[in-house]
Amino acid sequence: MRAARGITSRAHPLWLAYILHRLSGLALALFLPLHFWVLAMAVSNPDRLDGFLQMTETGTVKLAEFGLVFLLAVHMFGGLRLMAMEWLPWSAPQKTLAASATALSFLIAGLFLVKAV
Amino acid sequence: MAQMTLDNLKVTIARGDGSDVRPQVFDVPAYANQTVLDVVSWVQQNADPTLSYRFACRVGMCGSCAMMVNGVPRWTCRTHISKVLEGDAVTIAPLRNLPVIKDLVVDMDPFFDKWVGAEGVHHGALTRDDPIAEIDEASETRVEANAGIECINCSVCYAACDTVAGNADYLGPAALQRAWTLLNDAKDEGRAAILDAVSGSGGCHNCHSMGSCTTYCPNDLDPMSAIAGLKRETAKSFFRGRR
Repeated sequence: MRAARGITSRAHPLWLAYILHRLSGLALALFLPLHFWVLAMAVSNPDRLDGFLQMTETGTVKLAEFGLVFLLAVHMFGGLRLMAMEWLPWSAPQKTLAASATALSFLIAGLFLVKAV
Repeated sequence: MAQMTLDNLKVTIARGDGSDVRPQVFDVPAYANQTVLDVVSWVQQNADPTLSYRFACRVGMCGSCAMMVNGVPRWTCRTHISKVLEGDAVTIAPLRNLPVIKDLVVDMDPFFDKWVGAEGVHHGALTRDDPIAEIDEASETRVEANAGIECINCSVCYAACDTVAGNADYLGPAALQRAWTLLNDAKDEGRAAILDAVSGSGGCHNCHSMGSCTTYCPNDLDPMSAIAGLKRETAKSFFRGRR
């Protein structure tokens, strides 16, 4: 009966935005020590660093890099969303418009970047 | 819709006190027009008179009949059964985040204690000999205050809140929304006391803006934005060096 007593309907945009922000933050926090460890090899062990950098050519690592960029983007926009929501006493339509404008500009900038690369 | 063609509903109700909870299944005849409260009442009147539950007004004004329906906190008198049926089945349990007394009845004391804990009481400065304060209905603060005054204390937001579930001291959405309403009320003189009460360890800054309060409020109120208002006001007050 515990399941029936718990809340099952967290499936609404605000809660999903919250959990996405939390999980992306945790994942990034786990990634950072690894990131610094590899970067530190530039000083301590350049050959090993080169080995690591060659790994970035493989598909799996490319996919992981995509994941990393996704986490960063999600976490950044999650944070901006939260600050706007809590610190700017806007009305709901204003917030929707601001979010749409941000999403649209992000999309255009992303398309431009993809074209440039 | 679907229930029109059903003869019977399979209704699972959480029975017992908080320490010994067990599901009990009842067959309830389906009617064309039936609320969740009607279903619970049918069980109590026809199947098991020992079933405990609460209701009073049946029209969504008194705030006493809230329960968890399929894991979602709802006012049961204003929730049509067709809206919540999964096939022919529905599960009904006592409100989350409050101690269960028996079956579907929870102890509302913590909820109301926090209402007072957030200074959700009138702080008057005038006497009966003073003229009634004039209120500008169009003023920004009055609009903010008006947004929250239709709260019926049903505790749906309190049951929906994961922050309440994780922190027993957290004042919760309803109490904090009341504090925000009073803070914006020109007739209330408790500004310092309210800001003090809502900036403590169980106060507004615990809120993670998960938004379940606003999503599930049966009266379409917005406690999350009210709490955001308190966050802004307590922060402004802090940076002005008042606390």
